[in-house]
Amino acid sequence: MPAQRLAKLSLDYLLLAWIALVFVFPVVFMVMSSFKSDLQLLRDSASLRAFLPVGDLSFDNYAKAFQRAPIGLFILNSVFITAVTVCVSLLLASLAAFSFVFLQWVGRSVLMAAVLATFIVPFETIAVPLLLIVNNLPWIGLDGFKTSWLNSYQVQIVPFIADALTIFLFVQYFKDLPKELVEAARIDGATWFQVYRRVVMPLSGPVLATAAILKFLMMYNNQLLWPIMVVQEESYRPVMLGLQYFFQLNTAWGEIMAYLTIITVPVLAFYLVLQKAFIASIASTGIKG
Amino acid sequence: MGQVLLKSVRKSFGSAEVIPDLSLAIPDGSFTVLVGPSGCGKSTILRMIAGLEDVSSGTIKINDRDVTYREPSQRGIAMVFQSYALYPHMTVAENIGFGMILAKRPKAEINKRVGEAAAILRLEHLLDRKPKQLSGGQRQRVAIGRAITRDPQVFLFDEPLSNLDASLRGQMRVELAELHSKIGATMIYVTHDQVEAMTMADQIVVLNNGRIEQQGMPMELYIAPKTRFVAGFIGAPSMNFFEGSIASQHDCDALGVRPEHIGLRDDDGDLTGRIRHAEQLGSDTIIYVHHDDYGQITVRAEGNRVLDIGSTVHLTLPAEHLHRFRNGFRIQD
Ligand SMILES: Nc1ncnc2c1ncn2[C@@H]1O[C@H](COP(=O)(O)OP(=O)(O)OP(=O)(O)O)[C@@H](O)[C@H]1O
Ligand SMILES: [Mg+2]
Repeated sequence: MPAQRLAKLSLDYLLLAWIALVFVFPVVFMVMSSFKSDLQLLRDSASLRAFLPVGDLSFDNYAKAFQRAPIGLFILNSVFITAVTVCVSLLLASLAAFSFVFLQWVGRSVLMAAVLATFIVPFETIAVPLLLIVNNLPWIGLDGFKTSWLNSYQVQIVPFIADALTIFLFVQYFKDLPKELVEAARIDGATWFQVYRRVVMPLSGPVLATAAILKFLMMYNNQLLWPIMVVQEESYRPVMLGLQYFFQLNTAWGEIMAYLTIITVPVLAFYLVLQKAFIASIASTGIKG
Repeated sequence: MGQVLLKSVRKSFGSAEVIPDLSLAIPDGSFTVLVGPSGCGKSTILRMIAGLEDVSSGTIKINDRDVTYREPSQRGIAMVFQSYALYPHMTVAENIGFGMILAKRPKAEINKRVGEAAAILRLEHLLDRKPKQLSGGQRQRVAIGRAITRDPQVFLFDEPLSNLDASLRGQMRVELAELHSKIGATMIYVTHDQVEAMTMADQIVVLNNGRIEQQGMPMELYIAPKTRFVAGFIGAPSMNFFEGSIASQHDCDALGVRPEHIGLRDDDGDLTGRIRHAEQLGSDTIIYVHHDDYGQITVRAEGNRVLDIGSTVHLTLPAEHLHRFRNGFRIQD
């Protein structure tokens, strides 16, 4: 390899490594600090020692964090709420996008524009009206009939199932699929639902993975304002509400770091699994080739 | 059995009228080729017959049955797309049998029919592959196999060979012609390729701006084109047209002569020009002659002629091969 190209390549890698570091540093800081006492943590944060496993390291913070909050319950709640929302959302968003892209019906472009326009409405503006609505919605569950959705799982799931971004992702992806595939399937006698199930969805691996990752992060990380408004009972709380247990009279920074480290694990696990599926699906459909 | 009738079919996309008023009869068992310039509506016509595009008005009948508002799968047609449109996530066998799988036919029957189609198209050893593991010609054959298993009354082809290289195209042309004589179904075939049109068709339909210019057997169109447009469109290289004094001598406003009918002489002829360029094709030589009054004249001479660029040649226009046009229409002799 000529020296010039080598130099350029090393420069590229250096730049990429630096960018990766910038993104990784907060995570490293979080994990390292979770093993340190509050005193040492604050002292180290003034120097690069904050990113290194030095000094007195122990699992004390983890032990105390588990005592302070029902972490298992919160993670279970969050994972359950997020998983259900992601699954139902992918199903409904892909069906909606399929209809927008492949079916001919009057007013579909107007409706699609309207749906996409909701993208610019921040959640905070609709939070209060939404609260008034869910407060008066009836529900029949395992524990009988209720007249309000407050303090439940569904109140944290249903309002977030449909969102413009997920529909938009599917619409864009479907538009790029070769139209002839759908037409060939129609000639082969497929119903519209069979076209969706047997032709379009099997080719949608990449967009499913992308949409799932984005939706997962949106759901898992943003469960703060809304749960505060609608969940008073501990048994339905998600992980982000659990954080409040650690901001008491004096903030326990080490325990917060331990707590954050624990609740980050599901995110990383989910991401790693989907990333693999994501790459595999691109490789196997071969639409790009 | 597979007769296709279009009656006063009209099609517009928004305000753009693509097919103004089309009536067309395609006889049962024929191999009908649709040709015409790009954008003249060939694909649109095929897609309306297939049911992939609604007609704006008019009726379409297949086999005496009004199918104007039928679903594509209910029309007794099969279509082969230019892009093949094979399902990338399915094997060759699944691609070919997808229609029967959807119809929940018994496994044994599916396997049998897929096997038959594969045998006709020599695909037996590829049945477990995915489309991306196939060559272009093999993909094309899978697409045709998928059409065969539908057992249609009418096959629709939209430029099926245009993505293949020249030699494969020649081979597939022969295979398609054989297929047609073997199964005897009606075939409607869109192409840009003159050779495909002339060699495969029982009937050629020349379209221009969504209208039929002429419909007939290939030789009919070649020997007696009804309009100047058809005369210029059928045959390659295109017919030469002479206007002005030589046309008025023959009592018309445009005189057409095909390149292969123009004689090349050293001594004397009807027209005299200079050779500007010559293309040696081996079997023929295409010679481009410049004439001061009529511009470029294309001449096709048999064999491998060696000619000096820039030299003067004399051209003869044989009386039995002259096409006379007035206002774009042929003057009958
Ligand atoms: N879905 C559509 N919406 C709007 N206009 C269309 C649509 N499909 C086709 N057209 C227009 O209709 C006309 C005919 O198109 P068509 O595809 O039938 O032409 P074609 O004869 O098949 O051309 P080519 O030889 O290039 O394939 C073109 O002007 C095209 O722009
Ligand atoms: Mg076309």
